[in-house]
Amino acid sequence: MRQSDVKELIVNMGPQHPATHGVLRLVLELEGEVVKRCTPYIGYLHRGVEKLSEDLTYVQCLPLTDRLDYLSSMINNIGFCLAVEKLMGINIPKRAKFIRTLMGEMARICSHLVWLATHALDIGAMTVFLYTMRDREYLLELFEMVVGARLTVSYPRVGGVRCDINEEFLDKLYRFIEDFPNKIQQYETLIDRNRVWLKRTKGVGVITAEEAINWGLTGPPLRATGVYYDVRKFFPYDAYDEVEFEVPLGKNGDIYDRYKCRMQEMRQSARIIKQCIEKLPTGLVLAEDALRIRMPASPLKIDKKEIQFEVYIEDKKIEEFIQKFPEVYASVESPKGELGFYIVCDHSAKPYRMRVRAPSFVHIAVLPKLCEGFLVADVIANIGSIDIVLGECDR
Amino acid sequence: MDTVYLIFITTVKTAVYFGILLLHVAYATYTERKVIGHIQLRLGPMIVGPHGILQPIADIVKLLFKEDIIPAKADKFIFKLAPFVSLSAALSTFAVIPVNKNWVISDINVGLLYVLGIAGLGTYGVIFSGWASNSKYAFLGSLRSTAQMISYEVALGLSLVGVVLMAESFNLSEIVNRQNEYWYGMFLFPQIIGYFVFVVSMLAETNRLPFDLPEAETELVAGYFVEYSGIRFSLFYLAEYLAMFCMSSLAAICFWGGWSIPPILVKTFPFLSIIPGVVWFLLKVYFHIFLFFWLRGTLPRYRYDQLMAIGWKILIPLALINIVITSLLKIL
Amino acid sequence: MKIEEGINKSLLEILKKIREKYSEEVLWFVCFRDECTVAVKKEKIRDILKYLKDTPSLEFDYLVDLTAVDYLGFREPRFDVVYYLMSIKHKHRIRIKAQVSEQECFIDTVSDIWATANWFERECFDMFGIKFKGHPDLRRILMPEDWIGYPLRKDYPVYSNLGEKEWQTYKELKESAKAWKENETE
Repeated sequence: MRQSDVKELIVNMGPQHPATHGVLRLVLELEGEVVKRCTPYIGYLHRGVEKLSEDLTYVQCLPLTDRLDYLSSMINNIGFCLAVEKLMGINIPKRAKFIRTLMGEMARICSHLVWLATHALDIGAMTVFLYTMRDREYLLELFEMVVGARLTVSYPRVGGVRCDINEEFLDKLYRFIEDFPNKIQQYETLIDRNRVWLKRTKGVGVITAEEAINWGLTGPPLRATGVYYDVRKFFPYDAYDEVEFEVPLGKNGDIYDRYKCRMQEMRQSARIIKQCIEKLPTGLVLAEDALRIRMPASPLKIDKKEIQFEVYIEDKKIEEFIQKFPEVYASVESPKGELGFYIVCDHSAKPYRMRVRAPSFVHIAVLPKLCEGFLVADVIANIGSIDIVLGECDR
Repeated sequence: MDTVYLIFITTVKTAVYFGILLLHVAYATYTERKVIGHIQLRLGPMIVGPHGILQPIADIVKLLFKEDIIPAKADKFIFKLAPFVSLSAALSTFAVIPVNKNWVISDINVGLLYVLGIAGLGTYGVIFSGWASNSKYAFLGSLRSTAQMISYEVALGLSLVGVVLMAESFNLSEIVNRQNEYWYGMFLFPQIIGYFVFVVSMLAETNRLPFDLPEAETELVAGYFVEYSGIRFSLFYLAEYLAMFCMSSLAAICFWGGWSIPPILVKTFPFLSIIPGVVWFLLKVYFHIFLFFWLRGTLPRYRYDQLMAIGWKILIPLALINIVITSLLKIL
Repeated sequence: MKIEEGINKSLLEILKKIREKYSEEVLWFVCFRDECTVAVKKEKIRDILKYLKDTPSLEFDYLVDLTAVDYLGFREPRFDVVYYLMSIKHKHRIRIKAQVSEQECFIDTVSDIWATANWFERECFDMFGIKFKGHPDLRRILMPEDWIGYPLRKDYPVYSNLGEKEWQTYKELKESAKAWKENETE
């Protein structure tokens, strides 16, 4: 056959494909089984959250954030609330802080369990899926006990949380958390030292620390390369500066290290929850000054003195402009990475602009780099290992 | 007159044999779901009949009545032909497999070669389906499957050479009889390397985990039969399970002494000889079937290049070493 | 209001450094809730960001976010392209805003400085129509490729019946589905 007759096989993976975790579409150019080029196409789940939020009050925006990363909606809510609280300068009560931390870590465990389940399923280990679902179910039922919803919770409020938690909940949670490290042990016996698992994950999808920073990775994919960056430690929010935990780091930045990092992270989450239950203070769960933004919201009252500035050009209007549009950025460590909310406010009841810095979006961008030159099966392993949720990526 | 009688009796035998075989296959699916279910902390089918015992029947009825979808761009003739090629290849192998003393449809002298040859024909069904579906996933799946089956057939064949050397025959009944001449009654012990190679290649030949690349759900959706539905889909499924049974029977016959009970066991426990040979045979077959299910419940999937490396770099050399050792022992 | 005591000292240092180096470019500083924003002209944005990344005492090696804000009717030029930088070593963050007008709706790309900017800039182009000069692959990312308009601009309605301006592909899809259905019933 002449050279010009050789063509690459173009395979359209997705948007409907069992291993793309939603509606990610990858166009793969294959040479045999080797991926020559990989082009991700996103946007199939674009709902215009950023645009919609410009037309909703701050309180109405909250349920929208549930729909971003639907596997850990609690952390999305917390991120949004933190941003709004920062904007308005609300101090939330200590009890609410602890409850948020506790709930956030529960959500992290839930999300990591789903990740482990689907990741293992992608690589072919089916049994782990049902083991993790058993434990996730327990946590979801606990969510339901407090919130009434299992997945899209909308539990945190601007200024605290919606309702208090009771003894029964804490009791059940404590019993679960006591036992949880054993459960992680169970998953690890299934795959941790399995030769097939090791062969599939070690040395595959490697990314170095410099590249990871350059590509803007956050969360476990960044930490697997050995870079110490965790929003919870760097810019502590809620009660994270009052609990002890470690940030697990990897070394090689391959799929196996990402897996290891997340497994350790679950253990640390269990530790945080335990401390939260032990240290849980009494008091209010919703700040008193949070009532300023009741629905339908009244205009915000931000003290203009808090906005400090220096202007170097001769323009009278600029001062007015700066005072009219204060802006904040608040980020949380979501299970996927750094989830940030950037809000520009115009002192009305609605955000002038709400920007969601979605970790999944950044992580999908790095997929071609991870996949090109490897085999088709590694594409699947890579998608699983960076743990994406398309709802968050497309917004 | 003799010829007519022979034809008649063979037809009846075949019908009975295959009827029972297909029932076994149907319930193998049920067993698989139950076994995997219990491995995975769930119960498996529970609705149709007590403990879901009628589930396979319900499945068959459902698959029969499903709409038969043929893709518009498919090569229709080959598309329809493919499942039958797979199925008939899988079914034909059972013609020479003895389940008990003289319980065999055709006791030919090259039984082992026949089984390997016909089982190899099944690959055509896979290639046909992958090509005719006109879908890239199916095509990739069939390519993978072909490469995999061809390379593992080598290992499979080589692993059985040791057995043939020891039995000095290709006839499957003869192989069983020969094993009975030794006190341990199984080639499993002298041929342990061969058995290991055989089991691994058996998993690869039947496209089961950890070597189920051709139908890897998460990579190629369902591999070569992704475009098939209804009854045609079920024919592929049937062929896969028949291949499992075929390989398990082969393992039982060549390494575990078929229907015979090791003489040492009969000597120590004389009551064992009451057990009919067929029960003993089925026990051995179902042990291997269980092995298939068990591995599916526990192992992840290999990658394509790793699978090939295992086949060519580990299994074939091992099988060759086994042949050398066996021949040396034979000479000595 | 002048910048007073009470705000983060290290941030103030950074602001001073930028001001010294690029006194012509910097338009204003804002400090709000311990976050600093520097508004600059768009012409030398690449130099400024590179300076911030490469200077050892600043070392903003991490581009957290890149987006834009539309101030239609409040200010001219109407767009702000917002770069949010962070230093993993020094644990500080800063926000740089570059002004882009509607008439000259382009700015230099930074996708060769930070690889992560590639997709952020594509999104920015998709949503605001701001072109990034030198970007290797400037296509729409979230919206369909044949979409008309830039959804996050303030003059783009949130809810409306677009009528004639409806997305062409969707229209075709609806029509073909309709034709198919009629075919089916016959």
